[in-house]
Amino acid sequence: MDKKIERILPRVQKPARYVGGEYNAVMKDKTQVDTRVAFCFPDTYEIGMSNLGMRILYGVMNNMDGVWCERCFAPWGDMEEEMRKANIPLYALESFDPIRDFDIIAFSVGYEMAFPAILNMLDLAGLPIRSEDRPSLTPLVIAGGTAMYNSEPMADFIDLISLGEGEEVTVEILSLYRKAKREGWDKHRFLCEASHLDGVYVPSLYDVSYNEDGTVKAITPKDGAPAKVTKRIMRNMDEAYYPSKTIVPSTEIVQDRTSLELFRGCIRGCRFCQAGYVYRPVRNRSKDLLVQYAKEAIEDSGYQDMTLSSLSTSDYPQLVELCDELEPFCEQKHLNLSLPSLRADNFSMALMERLQKGRKTGLTFAPEAGTQRLRDAINKNVTEEDLLASCRRAFAGGYNAVKLYFMLGLPTETDEDVLGIADVAAHVMHAWRESAVNKNRGVRITVSTSWFVPKPHTAFQWEPQISIEEYERRVKLLREAMTTKTVTYNWHPSPTSFMEAVLAVGDRRLCKVMETAFRKGAKLDAWEDYFSLDRWMESFEECGLDPHFYANRKRAKDEIMPWSMISSGVTESYLWREHEKAFEGVTTPDCRTHCNGCGANLLVGGKCDV
Amino acid sequence: MSKLRLLFIKEAQASYISHLDLMRTFQRVFPRAGLSLRHSNGFHPHPIISIVLPLPVGQESDCELLDFETVEQSDGIGVAEALNTGMPAGIRVLACYPIERAVKELSFIRATMELDYDNGVPSGAVEKIEALFACEEVLVEKRTKHKELAEINIRPMIQSLTLTEEENMLRAEVIVMAQNPGLNPAFIGAAIAKYLPELAPSFVRVRRHMLYDAEMKEFR
Repeated sequence: MDKKIERILPRVQKPARYVGGEYNAVMKDKTQVDTRVAFCFPDTYEIGMSNLGMRILYGVMNNMDGVWCERCFAPWGDMEEEMRKANIPLYALESFDPIRDFDIIAFSVGYEMAFPAILNMLDLAGLPIRSEDRPSLTPLVIAGGTAMYNSEPMADFIDLISLGEGEEVTVEILSLYRKAKREGWDKHRFLCEASHLDGVYVPSLYDVSYNEDGTVKAITPKDGAPAKVTKRIMRNMDEAYYPSKTIVPSTEIVQDRTSLELFRGCIRGCRFCQAGYVYRPVRNRSKDLLVQYAKEAIEDSGYQDMTLSSLSTSDYPQLVELCDELEPFCEQKHLNLSLPSLRADNFSMALMERLQKGRKTGLTFAPEAGTQRLRDAINKNVTEEDLLASCRRAFAGGYNAVKLYFMLGLPTETDEDVLGIADVAAHVMHAWRESAVNKNRGVRITVSTSWFVPKPHTAFQWEPQISIEEYERRVKLLREAMTTKTVTYNWHPSPTSFMEAVLAVGDRRLCKVMETAFRKGAKLDAWEDYFSLDRWMESFEECGLDPHFYANRKRAKDEIMPWSMISSGVTESYLWREHEKAFEGVTTPDCRTHCNGCGANLLVGGKCDV
Repeated sequence: MSKLRLLFIKEAQASYISHLDLMRTFQRVFPRAGLSLRHSNGFHPHPIISIVLPLPVGQESDCELLDFETVEQSDGIGVAEALNTGMPAGIRVLACYPIERAVKELSFIRATMELDYDNGVPSGAVEKIEALFACEEVLVEKRTKHKELAEINIRPMIQSLTLTEEENMLRAEVIVMAQNPGLNPAFIGAAIAKYLPELAPSFVRVRRHMLYDAEMKEFR
């Protein structure tokens, strides 16, 4: 280890996250590889190492001969300060080599508020943050992840965007890069060639012009770049790489367990949910393969916890059979099997009761809205009766804590809907009185509300976010209506959600705001410890732009969205149809009941859910 | 069921793994090697392992001990090799054997300290430091369990201290008390910085080498 790094580590919190060396970290001889990739996550080690996508692509890249992919995370503020003081540039965890000397710097971006951390990491690496100030091919700065479905606020900084699932396109990008390096191409030639790969978006190959009212007038591709870039997917999940042999961190991370990915996509079609749209179509891994992966992963890692992960786990067609096969293995190995994102229905409750061992802690449900009318509008197809039946069953089974998640500010929300949240909480309380087996233990009901953020590529992409004043009024309204004593109401006065709404739908004029905010100190803005609304507002003012134009404006049907060159496979006309149905209060059945023609089926040649 | 002890090295990157994280790491290392540990009873059964003398974060050691209980009968043969195939960098098991000696017999630690002086070792450093520890009282501030600062006299906890001068570095071989109370050798560096500020080292590195019982025989 570098002596300079050794000197600063005693002074920082949790130094183990800055030294690598974990079990299964991939070490290669750097003289035997021709392409070095710094795979960066613009958040802390604990968050980044919890990301399954990181683990998949780390494995995929390191499986390539001649390629060494290493990891790099955003240092916490104390470490960053020590690094800057000691002139230690951002380094990769495997080799401790500065990432500025690598061939490719790749960011995985799942959250808009991580954008400033990308700029800070480039700066800490000693690199110019703007693409145009990095004229040579090396290092190439690329990015992917769900937040890149609208990468326009980062367009000036990232050389190339990889859209959708990265297992195949990452290999294609790396191969093309190696060819470019061998043949001595310049950066522009490489980017032009790369723009012909399916799923690759090169922001600098598009000119964007604006109308006088600030909306996008036209997006013009140049140098042969395609007018529309469609995301990539793995057509067959049984051919998708699964990281059975993966890094086991030596320090605690957020998702400190084996994560078994059952399927991709979601059949539900909640109209606010970006993941529900952009991960389409639904593709299942076969059960036998999952059982095999689960055993391999547990045996290799030594983990004692495993989570069955997916957007809506209870929708895996063979979930019961899968659990039947995993149960004896889990029993024998003392494993805890957890099912996140369960639906409030009988099927899920029965399964959970079966798998739940030992202490019964809390249950979490996300009805999202307080009235059936609004749940229909957002297509969250859960009825209050489903929820109450699930709660009754849980209370009767010995549970004494329920958490309920809602959003405030959903399109079409009225005061009646807001007050409906308090009613739901009161009904859950009543369900406890009726069904609890041991009333002496009391009950804890927690209601949490977040502030709805409209996201690109969803049915609500045309919708404004409600203003902060209106949000606070609704919070107050709800708080005053929460009269049941055993109900705790949590809400965040979180201006982060406002800035998230701005960046989510931003155009590339926001690049200068991003840069200004970064120069003023924005870095780990996903963390309240570091977020400052004042800093963002000042930056907007200095750049002569209005954040409310982005966050709080209703868009016309025919408005060109800043991300119009990007397709998730779901057609714009489908999204608009869903938008219309939301306002009519008409629900859309799940994909298994009935194909609704969203367009994503064309990505798998016509038939989803196989 | 067998009660076994591991003797292992913890160095380099692994020296930054905290005590709690090391426990977690070992809870995974055993099943990786196919060893079933005895679990506690209760709502959340966890494998029974205990680290004999937790090492402060950032320090290295050639003599860490960890006690555990297996479900199957075992004399420990082959365990070290099996565990070493699945370790983080910087942890290496040297031996695994049935526990024969109680932890309370552990009395002393021999450790090496490297005191870095980036601008060269000041002249007379060895003599001055030796003189400091020839006194009967060397007080340093230490945080108590209640997060308060308390002054403790570290001198009685130091059995011996030998200094050698090398290039830009003093090497100190120390034997300190291991428990009841034990001394973290890093406090010796802190004492030098406090009493002899002109000799405050640029950096202090600590590595444990051996554990002893009260008769100064190796404890393992």
